[in-house]
Amino acid sequence: MTRNDPSARALRISDMPRDRGGPAQPMLILKDYKKHFPIRKGVLNRTVGHVQAVDGVSLTVMKGEILGVVGESGCGKSTLSRLIMHLIEPDSGEMIFDGDPLSEHTGLTVQALRRNMQMVFQDSFSSLNPRMTIEDAIAFAPMMNGVGRDEALARSRGLLDQVGLAAAMFARRYPHELSGGQRQRVNIARALAVEPRMVILDEAVSALDKSVEAQVLQLLIELQERFDLTYIFVSHDLNVVRYISDRIAVMYLGRVVETGSVDQIWDNARHPYTQALLASIPSLDPDRRTTAAPISGDPPNPIDPPSGCRFRTRCPFAETLCATTAPEVQPVQDGAGHTVACHMENPASGHSRAGTGARLKEIAQ
Amino acid sequence: MLSFTIRRLLQAIPILLGVSILVFLMVQMIPGNALDLMLPSDAPKDLIEKMKAEYGFDKPLWQQYLRWLWMLLHGDLGVSIFDSTPVAATLFDALGNTFVLAIPAAVLGFGLGIFFGVTAALNNGKAADKALSMVSITGVSLPHYWFAIVLVVIFSVELNWLPAQGMQFDTLPSTVEGLKSMVLPVITLSLIPMGVVSRVVRAAVLEVMSQEFVNTLNAKGLWSRSVLGHILKNAAPATLAVMGLQFGYLLGGSILVETVFNWPGSGNLLNLAIFRRDIPVMQGTILVLAAFFVLLNLVVDVAQALIDPRIRR
Amino acid sequence: MNRSVKDTASEFPAVAGRLNAVPSQSPGYWTLVRKRLMRDPVTLIAAAVLVLIVLSAIFAPLLAPYDPFMGKITQRMKPVGFAGHLLGTDETGRDMLSRLLYGGRLSLTSGIVPVAIALAVGGFLGISAGFFGGPVNSVIMRVTDIFYAFPSILLAIAICGMLGTGLFNTLVSLTLVFIPPIIRISESVTTQVRSLDFVEAARASGARPFALMRYQVLPNVLAPILVYATSLVSLAIILAAGLSFLGLGVSAPAAEWGLMLNSLRQMIYIDPLLAALPGVLIFLTSMCFNLISDGLRSAMDVRLKL
Repeated sequence: MTRNDPSARALRISDMPRDRGGPAQPMLILKDYKKHFPIRKGVLNRTVGHVQAVDGVSLTVMKGEILGVVGESGCGKSTLSRLIMHLIEPDSGEMIFDGDPLSEHTGLTVQALRRNMQMVFQDSFSSLNPRMTIEDAIAFAPMMNGVGRDEALARSRGLLDQVGLAAAMFARRYPHELSGGQRQRVNIARALAVEPRMVILDEAVSALDKSVEAQVLQLLIELQERFDLTYIFVSHDLNVVRYISDRIAVMYLGRVVETGSVDQIWDNARHPYTQALLASIPSLDPDRRTTAAPISGDPPNPIDPPSGCRFRTRCPFAETLCATTAPEVQPVQDGAGHTVACHMENPASGHSRAGTGARLKEIAQ
Repeated sequence: MLSFTIRRLLQAIPILLGVSILVFLMVQMIPGNALDLMLPSDAPKDLIEKMKAEYGFDKPLWQQYLRWLWMLLHGDLGVSIFDSTPVAATLFDALGNTFVLAIPAAVLGFGLGIFFGVTAALNNGKAADKALSMVSITGVSLPHYWFAIVLVVIFSVELNWLPAQGMQFDTLPSTVEGLKSMVLPVITLSLIPMGVVSRVVRAAVLEVMSQEFVNTLNAKGLWSRSVLGHILKNAAPATLAVMGLQFGYLLGGSILVETVFNWPGSGNLLNLAIFRRDIPVMQGTILVLAAFFVLLNLVVDVAQALIDPRIRR
Repeated sequence: MNRSVKDTASEFPAVAGRLNAVPSQSPGYWTLVRKRLMRDPVTLIAAAVLVLIVLSAIFAPLLAPYDPFMGKITQRMKPVGFAGHLLGTDETGRDMLSRLLYGGRLSLTSGIVPVAIALAVGGFLGISAGFFGGPVNSVIMRVTDIFYAFPSILLAIAICGMLGTGLFNTLVSLTLVFIPPIIRISESVTTQVRSLDFVEAARASGARPFALMRYQVLPNVLAPILVYATSLVSLAIILAAGLSFLGLGVSAPAAEWGLMLNSLRQMIYIDPLLAALPGVLIFLTSMCFNLISDGLRSAMDVRLKL
């Protein structure tokens, strides 16, 4: 099946040109997104602090690309997914989708955004309504967007075939009768039912067995090419992210610390946290066996994150400067699109290793 | 824990205020004017005006409420329209008589309920479970006022062992006769708590038993009394909650049983007040019983939090 | 990394082969519930008895051998089995069977109608509170807390005592009594369901709040709320009869089980069996509703904290 397959084209809601901004316009630009959850405590239920789940995240996703977002659990990846879908309202920040700023009055509405952007959740079971058949679950979204029931059901069955579940066999089943992998295929079909241009995959394969995970990943790649989709692929699994992504954003405690292409991140990681993450991947090569723990301790509490650079409490190169000033995101010399937020990358920062780009790997060896 | 307790206490204040407003407004639902109930229909006009001013009925509703609340806060529940005695004193005596029945009934009902519930859960699905489940469902389905009559028919009319009605002592029973007069009302009252508690305990124990840690204890060969102890400790919060509610129902719901046995408790007082249209007594009784129920729930919440730290939010 | 497009169908035949034996049309939830109920003899018997009681109340005018309100003073207090009066006669010589048949009409009405209205009102308020959360939840739940501060019997008696006697006032007071518990249970199950991912996913698909409530939340909260309401009917029947028993419900000469129990109370020394008869029916009806509620609970696999 190819992109020009007539059955795929029949799924389009309209023949209106969907690409509004042209190929050079990024699909999604996120500027300084913030979400702090208040913590209430004590006799009067006063707000005693905030969980800084997402604290000033800026991202750019190009059309047709797969952006991987990695980080430890609790770094704000899932909150970021829900913020982008506007399932949680951000405290502040700007979003531009294909050239259109998101704004209830003058620009793109959240309602309109959701026709262009969909999400697949981690828990394949709880993300399906136990009282709905598979085909109804998939048809629900188009019906909510004004597609007639018969057409929505036809589209639902078509999508089931597309995700590798024979409609004749699965359409009338209930979620509890399916395996985890099958359910996640249904969730993918459900996300595609409104014909989005972009899909956020929030740990979408993390709960699956390794063999099933590979099949679903393969399916995601095929669907991306067939329907000309853009993905944000959120995961804690570096190998999976490397396999599927074009570019990677590394998150630490609610902030993006480094972004770059897969090769830039893999071969020339600049941020000590990224380096530590990479070093923590178990290697199959006995000559590259990991002996020392690449990173120690738990991430600090996001309620009261460290001042300055958030990684400094676990960073081997931390200096007093790191505690006083938060590093700016800046481009790395080695190529376009590689950015990092670390004082060591900035020759003017005053860090003793500034400009040298100290390599954890070299030191470990 | 202290913070939880204080917060819970503060939460009870608006509820108590709401209860007082509700009780105050209930009186406004009475068809006709409250004064019509107190005065003969041919009373002279100036007497009506004088009474109105005396009871504050000439003022707007919210002022009447504030005045009533102010008296309440000073422990003054007003004076009975029927016999001009202070409501607080009458109510206090009646509540004492209600407690004399409610406490033994609670001990009996909760004790049997817990025993039945645990036994049923440990024999889940077996004949003993089914039999005990039937007993408890009967307990919650029986109209207790009817059950009281049946008991009277058997033990008073047919066998003539126990008195059919009346309280044969003041404040506390000191004679055999006094104790005998308590037997039937206490058994009747214990019926519903027995049924409800045994159902809740059975469900709670089964729930705890289905959790992983019980399997772990079993796997360690610890199945025995110590496992049972663990189970009971984990089933305790749910049990405690329902026992609190049921004790409240024993006080508030005593009206039917007290009527059957002609027991001079708070329920009987309320019943009399309703038929005499004695508004201050009605208001006072309902308010005090409801306030007691609120405080009881509060105590249960705090006790639950003591047992299970997860409840402290 | 290899990202060539492989044919998904290549892995598919294996899946298809494994599942071939399973029928493609699987039974829906309610079909399963019905099947499980059909295998539960206790619930079936309770339902049959209840149907019998309801039908005999509906067709009381056809079934009753005598006028339930007219008695012969010469035929007072005839025992059960007396010739011509199968269940005897009451203290004013009225036929007991006829009165018990008619009595079912008032007793069942005052048990079922308040819970049905409370289910509609309380269910709507509770589901809304759970679904919308925030200030909507606070307002609804705090007012509910106040009503909840009264033990149910006390609240029913208090409202009835203020409003006065009569069927309508009984219905009003019992409805008010049952709204708060239904709000509580609805709110709590809705809050649980609302936080599940499928509701989020449906929201992300652009569904409006009403559609989310109707298609995603409601089908998942209905079962536990219904089970709870069924058990409340049992309580409502006991309470309604209890109000009449106290003289607060319907008044003489109406035929109502609680009222009959009250007026026959003085006769326990003369004919205890006769005096106990109305109570047997209250007990039986209430028991049936409780057994059906239990049966539904296990058939629907509902876990409830009562």
